[in-house]
Amino acid sequence: MELNNPVSTNNNQHVHRDDVGARIGMWLFLFTELLLFGGMFLVYAVYRMKYPDQFHLSAMEMNTTIGTLNTIILLTSSLTMVLSIAAIQKKNKFLSVVFVSTTLILGFMFLIDKYFEWSHEIHNGNYPGSEVLLNKKNGEILFFGLYYAMTGLHGLHVIIGMIVLSFMLVFLLRDKITFDNYVKLENAGLYWHLVDIIWIFLFPLFYLIQ
Amino acid sequence: MSNYNNEEKKNHVIDYGTYIFVWLGLLALTSLTVTVAGIHLGNYTLIVGLLIALTKASLVIAIFMHIKVEDPIFKVFIGIVLLTLLAIFILTFIDYSFR
Repeated sequence: MELNNPVSTNNNQHVHRDDVGARIGMWLFLFTELLLFGGMFLVYAVYRMKYPDQFHLSAMEMNTTIGTLNTIILLTSSLTMVLSIAAIQKKNKFLSVVFVSTTLILGFMFLIDKYFEWSHEIHNGNYPGSEVLLNKKNGEILFFGLYYAMTGLHGLHVIIGMIVLSFMLVFLLRDKITFDNYVKLENAGLYWHLVDIIWIFLFPLFYLIQ
Repeated sequence: MSNYNNEEKKNHVIDYGTYIFVWLGLLALTSLTVTVAGIHLGNYTLIVGLLIALTKASLVIAIFMHIKVEDPIFKVFIGIVLLTLLAIFILTFIDYSFR
């Protein structure tokens, strides 16, 4: 087909392409992610209601500064993500590449932060199955269990998002994503924003209990 | 046919400025939620924190995820999913409270 079409750029308009359908597909996937995290938030809600004081006590050990820093990092990465889409819409490939790269760097910074945060907790002996933790009350064990499960699953999503964005970077550089065909970048962006939204809720629930 | 209309709608490019403005709003809400958490409001701390989180999430969905300029069917989908999630929460809490 393509061999017979030296003017294939003009014919691109006639190739069947359904960007809205592609985005609906992405949203449907995001809904399943929402239910996955929703289930964990539900467990958190029930146990927080059952052990309010012990959740309070455990949350005092969380580092609010690191949590706030990570919130700012992820919000900024969401901005650079959406700016990369705006840039490619305006036919500015260079700026789009810069913004996707910045998003990747910010994602990496988030993970570094998370590494220090977890190391600190593990150093204090607050890790699943540890001697220190098992001697605490049920509510505190549950708090730290949920903390590791939820921020861990979220961190896994950050890593997956970064892998997806690395592919987008390659697509951009190879002109597989262009100003008139950028639905891949949009869908990668949707995933990245979902990860951001999950963090927006994790932040007050784990770091802001005073 | 409707596809072409959607393509046209999508071409309404949102300006860089709008995104930066929304980002500043998100940062402001973050500092607000951290500040509020420092004040002793008792049980209201959780409610205020969650309300601010909801506002932030709505901003991200509406502007960053383009739902504001997206086809209306997306809003319907999101509404149904959120109601489902809400129903799961309410039913669980009813079950838990009367156990």
